[in-house]
Order: sequence, then structure tokens, then C-alpha cells
Amino acid sequence: MAKLILSVDGQVLKEHQLTKERTLIGRKAHNDIQIDNLAVSGEHAAIITILNDSFIEDLGSTNGTMVNGKPVKKHFLQNNDVVEIGKHKLKYFNDAPTAATAADFEKTMIIRNPAKAAPPPPKPAPEASDTQTNLKPLAAEQTATKAPEAKPAAAEPTMNVNTSPPEPKPMAPPPPPPPAPPPQQPKPMAQPGASAPPPRAPDGTPLREAVIQVLSGAAAGRTLDLTKNLTTIGKPGLQVAVITKRPNGYFITHVEGATYPTLNGASLGAQAHALSDHDLIEIAGVKMEFFYKP
Amino acid sequence: MTLSQSLQSASLTDPGRVRDHNEDCIESRPDIGLYVLADGMGGYNAGEVASGMATSLISDGLQETWNPRESERLGRDQAKADTERLIAEQIARANNAIFTTSQNNPECAGMGTTLVVTLFFDNFMTVAHIGDSRLYRLRGDAMEQITRDHSLLQEQLDSGLITPEEAKLSQNKNLVTRALGIDPTVEPEIHVYETQVGDSYLLCSDGLSDMVEDEEIRLTLITLRSNPNLTVQQLVQAANDNGGRDNISAVLIRVAEPFGVPRGWVARLKALFR
Repeated sequence: MAKLILSVDGQVLKEHQLTKERTLIGRKAHNDIQIDNLAVSGEHAAIITILNDSFIEDLGSTNGTMVNGKPVKKHFLQNNDVVEIGKHKLKYFNDAPTAATAADFEKTMIIRNPAKAAPPPPKPAPEASDTQTNLKPLAAEQTATKAPEAKPAAAEPTMNVNTSPPEPKPMAPPPPPPPAPPPQQPKPMAQPGASAPPPRAPDGTPLREAVIQVLSGAAAGRTLDLTKNLTTIGKPGLQVAVITKRPNGYFITHVEGATYPTLNGASLGAQAHALSDHDLIEIAGVKMEFFYKP
Repeated sequence: MTLSQSLQSASLTDPGRVRDHNEDCIESRPDIGLYVLADGMGGYNAGEVASGMATSLISDGLQETWNPRESERLGRDQAKADTERLIAEQIARANNAIFTTSQNNPECAGMGTTLVVTLFFDNFMTVAHIGDSRLYRLRGDAMEQITRDHSLLQEQLDSGLITPEEAKLSQNKNLVTRALGIDPTVEPEIHVYETQVGDSYLLCSDGLSDMVEDEEIRLTLITLRSNPNLTVQQLVQAANDNGGRDNISAVLIRVAEPFGVPRGWVARLKALFR
């Protein structure tokens, strides 16, 4: 469960668990997190929590809301973000599941929308009265299966996650149903040149850089840096192998061709082989050497 | 050319590095151009019961009811409509069987599964899906996601609540809005697409698409295009190298030759002597 820690001048004032789908922050008494300071607007900002994700939205405050030093209108909160409202700071903690619980935590679950038939709200309305969505793990389903669609929203939605679940609650305002996509035209990938890092960095130090140097034939002396995860060598249609860069080293595997390339004089076969410093590869009649950069 | 000659395929399923059993299930019937993938969910071993029932019931049902040679007689438009209808019927039947089993067996209560079905016929492909298992298409060097996830995250993306960049950081990746077998009825999404020679189609579970960036999937499909078996091995290995937090399944189909049905009497006569 995510939480906020309110502090001013380095002194912690209080801790607030984000159990509600909409948490109000402001100067007036009705706010969930009240900050009694004239620099704070009556209703200054709201935090919208949808299951495990939280967003902060400035509610048109006089002095603005900052996250990590930058003014924001709306922001998807990440663990350790610091929200600043006047001189007050709210640090956001959303502990990622620990390794031990990650497996259960990430299990696919079904999320129900009992009010599916209800007209969609015109825009992502913050009030959840309209379309409420129940989340429940499938294991809790047996009681609901008799008349699943007729369930009242707050009947027994429980978040079955290993990180001390909050009391059952109706879930956050779901976004309006998606505008029906043009089904016959699959959308192109969002970012063709995705530069984002892999989902999880391999543990340990980065792999040493390695190269392939051509020893014979017309291209003798040329080198090829093995920077990509997959590098193919050889002649397409004749004999091709791929060198795979993995967290635990470089591997070579036969891809196509009637005969296998050789590694240090022995046939590669269909299996992947780990490459060692100064290994000799012969493919499509060309000799090459694999070595790590000094 | 028969379907199984025109379509090269390879498939692999792997428990990953965290889970101790595999709740994914895949089934290939190259003779009728059918490929099915399901990612089960539910307590104990119920997830794999649901995904196993889904793949085998749908495959067996279509094997009985759909004859690819029929499309010769039916004509293309009728064949499209028939495949859509037959797939919908088999999905409804599987949904009913899984739902009934979960009602009658406490240990299976609440089980369900995602689903992707592709049926190739006459240079076309009918695709049905439920949940967040996906179908990608590589055409030339461009990869597109053909199916659109039935998931909370996709709904948030569609409504503009979060951006694609933010979506990568979301902790709500595991929530699907539709699944097979959890309610008395289910609404699959079914579309028909034209295929081209050289296309590669990848069916995968979220254990692959969550662990391996789309761009890396694309580069793998391009680099290893000539070897479907190695491609699926490489994709599963990449997901495991990145953590392997969920079961990983991949089914790859490459359109090596056209598979249009013979039309006109000359073509039919030739087909007789093939």
C-alpha cells in the first residue's frame, strides 16, 4: 500500500496511507490531508489511486504543486517522489513487491466492471459513483459466481496481494470505456526506436565488450563490435549463425544452412555454444576470431 | 500448396524462472491452419486446468467442424463468416465447459484463462482473443500488435489517463478485464485479416510481452527470420534473461508460400494432380 509522509523543514508531521481512491490535500478542514498554512489553497491537490498506481493532480491552486522540483498539473507518482506544496513536502512511498512475494503479486487477475452497461462518464471523472470496478482475485470467486454481474460494487472486492492488503474497498474510478478502436487496422507500435532499458537489468556487472575479427577472405582484418543482443554472421541463404549477447556471456548458434559452422574446428551442431576469448569460428568459408576488448 | 506446407511454425512454452508450474498452454494444428495459446489463472493448479481445457476443446472442436477445403466451395466471404462463427461457437463451448467445471469442483473455483486463436485459410487469417495474450505481426521490417489487450492498463491508455511511457512503470499490468471461463458467457473479439507471403505472426503470453521490449521482439523476429524454432527459443531465453517472472509462451507462424485455394477449373485440375 502506498503512503505519503508529510514534513516541513525536515521535520515529519504525519504519515498518510493512500487507501482512498481520491485523497484531497488542502488548507480547509475537510481535506484528507490538511495543511494549515496560508501558502496552501483551500483544496490544493488531489491524489487519485487506482489499485497499485497513484496520480497527483493540482486542483488549480494559487501557488502550484511541485514534484521533484518541477511544477506539475498532473503526474504519475513513482516511489520516492517528493511533492512540494509551499514549504511542505510529501514524500511518496510505493514499495515494489519484494522478490518473495513478487510471484503471487503479479499473478494475472480479472477485474470486473459490474456497471458495464451504464453509460460511460464523459471524461475521466474523479467521482466513482458512476462506474465502479471490482477487483478480486479469482480464488475469491466462488461466492460470486452465481450472479456475478448483479453483485453490488462493494460486496467483496478484496485485493489479494501479499503486501498487507487494505480493507476491501470499491475500486478507483475506471477510465471511460475505450473508444472502439478501428479493428481492421492494427495500430503501429508506439515507438519504433524504443530506447527504454530492458524491464529488469541483469544482475551483476555489465558484460564485457567483445568483437569478432575476420581472419581470412576479402574482408580479412575487419572487426565487428558485438553491441547488439543478436548479431548474425555468415552468408544469407548459404550459412548463417547468430551471436547472442546474454547477461552471462556470448553464445553462438547455427541459424540456417545445410551444414553447420565450426567452432575451434568442431561442428557447431544445432545447440548454442558459449564463446570464450580467442575462439575461432569458421562460417561460409571464412575464418573469424572472437575476443573480448582489452 | 497445403496449409502445413505454406505455413512454417514453431512453438515453445516455459515456466520461467519464478513460477514452479506452467499455467500457459499452446496447441498447434498445422493441417487446418490453427494455432491456439492460453494463459490460465486461478488457485492451485486450476490455471493450467483452464488453459488446457481451452486449447484442447477449441482445437478439437474446430478440427471437427472446420474443413479448410470447404473454403473452395464456400467462396471467400462465406469462408470468412464461417470461420468467425465457428470460432465464436467453440469459444462459447469452451467457456461453458470451464465455467461448469469451476462451479462443480471447489479446487477449480474461479479459474479462467486468456486466449488467442488464429485460423489461417485462403490467404486470410481469423483472429479471436480474450484478455492480455497477444498477436503480433511482422511484415517487412515493421512489427504491429494486432490484438488489443483487454486490460485495465489498455483502458487507461485509451482514455488518456496515462501515456505509453508511464504505462511501462505501471504496477497494474496484471489486471485483465475479460477472461474465458469465469462467467456463464464471454465476449471474444474476432477479426479477419489478409495475410501476405513473408509475414510472421507471433502469439505470446504476457510472460513474454511484459519481460521483453517490443523493439527487441521485433529485432529477434527479423534477425532470425529464417529459423522459426530458434526464434521462439531466443524469445523465451530473452524473457528468462530479463527475469522470467511469469510463464512464457510463444507460437510463431511464418507465411512461406501463398495458401489461397485453387479457383477456376484449371487451377482445380492442377490441384488434383499435386
